[in-house]
Amino acid sequence: MKARAFSYFRAATIDQALDARARAGDDARFIAGGQSLVPALSLRLQAPRLLIDITHISELRGVRREGGYLRIGALTRHCEMLSEPLIAEFAPLLHAAAPFVAHPAIRNRGTFGGSVAHADPASEFPAMTLALGAEIEIIGPSGGRRVKADDFFVDLFETALQPGELITAVFVPLFKADQRFAFDELARRRGDYALVGCGMLATSTGERIDDIRISFFSVGNTPTRVKGTEATLIGSSLGAERIAAAQAALEGDLAPPDSDEVPPAMRLHLARVLLGRMLGRLGERA
Amino acid sequence: MSGFDESLLDDADETVRVRFVVNGRKVACEVAPRETLVDCLRNALELTGTHAGCEMGACGACLVQLDGQAVHACLMFTVQADGARIDTIEGLTESGVIADLQAEFHRRNALQCGFCTPGMLVNAHELLSRVTQPSREEIRDALSGNYCRCTGYEAIVDAIDAVAKARSESGGAT
Repeated sequence: MKARAFSYFRAATIDQALDARARAGDDARFIAGGQSLVPALSLRLQAPRLLIDITHISELRGVRREGGYLRIGALTRHCEMLSEPLIAEFAPLLHAAAPFVAHPAIRNRGTFGGSVAHADPASEFPAMTLALGAEIEIIGPSGGRRVKADDFFVDLFETALQPGELITAVFVPLFKADQRFAFDELARRRGDYALVGCGMLATSTGERIDDIRISFFSVGNTPTRVKGTEATLIGSSLGAERIAAAQAALEGDLAPPDSDEVPPAMRLHLARVLLGRMLGRLGERA
Repeated sequence: MSGFDESLLDDADETVRVRFVVNGRKVACEVAPRETLVDCLRNALELTGTHAGCEMGACGACLVQLDGQAVHACLMFTVQADGARIDTIEGLTESGVIADLQAEFHRRNALQCGFCTPGMLVNAHELLSRVTQPSREEIRDALSGNYCRCTGYEAIVDAIDAVAKARSESGGAT
């Protein structure tokens, strides 16, 4: 349970971090909150020669409005998702998801950018960037770019991030008056990884759904948007019949992995139950 | 310009000097970068009230306050805490801020072996400084990352609940 020996460098700026990474090669890792990385090092699942601490880079901090987006700095801690008024007002889905992320002490250290970069398919925040239609701002040796969340999550713990790149911020479209959201998950114990979880964001005119984005986590190798299911809901209100049709459509969107503990049929069933509950709640708020 | 020195890579087992304020006292330590904060507190500083349990952030026995917030001392390396303020169970005990919690844990037998107790107290202290009158549900939720294998939690929740009520009653008088 002890990490292999490594060197440590605390970067003061993004340039310093990228430069250290470029010179150390692939044997270096960035560390932010470290709430997933430190256990991985202790268990020697990873054994880099150099850790580059990015938590003192002020450019990666802060939450502010920028155009039609809320710019959430990569170092924003999970606990700030609960305490920051701008998040509650303009990204309420993240505010609603935050209490479900691990335990209080983990939320005091873990960072939003770190969670998105880690891309754990059982984590809440990566899936929420999909539901929100967020964009991930990245910087690396060849400059900066923005990647849509829809294009960011590639495979198990694999993202659009290239070697040497890091996330600087996540841009979330500002929450609007004609939108509604829901978040929920099913876990055996509060704070445990969810058996299945879901977040959704709908835009509606009266009771009619004009657009809806629904994203699941703990259902496969990546956080998963269920586009076929979304399509069954657009253009009508959230009546019982419509909700049943959406539940039936889930089977075409999800292919849960084989697991002795939670067989695919069980996970699909739980996803249907969760979807039904959440759409019901969304309908009541129309 | 860059502060990164490439010779670091040839010397992976070096120690570095870390300075922080532990329980109100300035402390300097020579640590290997891979040494976790819980190991530094227990071994170098002999503050053995912080317990090393699972060493992977699941059990909560190693909670300390870092700049006023509860964190797992097993989930950070000592070098990351350079410049920070750390308060362990010893410091919180000396300052008396958790004396009522400790007395209530004692009175209600909210511990048996006591291994989890320092983490429970750090967490309860943080909860009560954030929420003055938490529901039992909120108390249980706050403790969801603290394992106790002896008590079944009921007495722990009772103790925290009682202290919250006592504090808000006496707080109303001041």
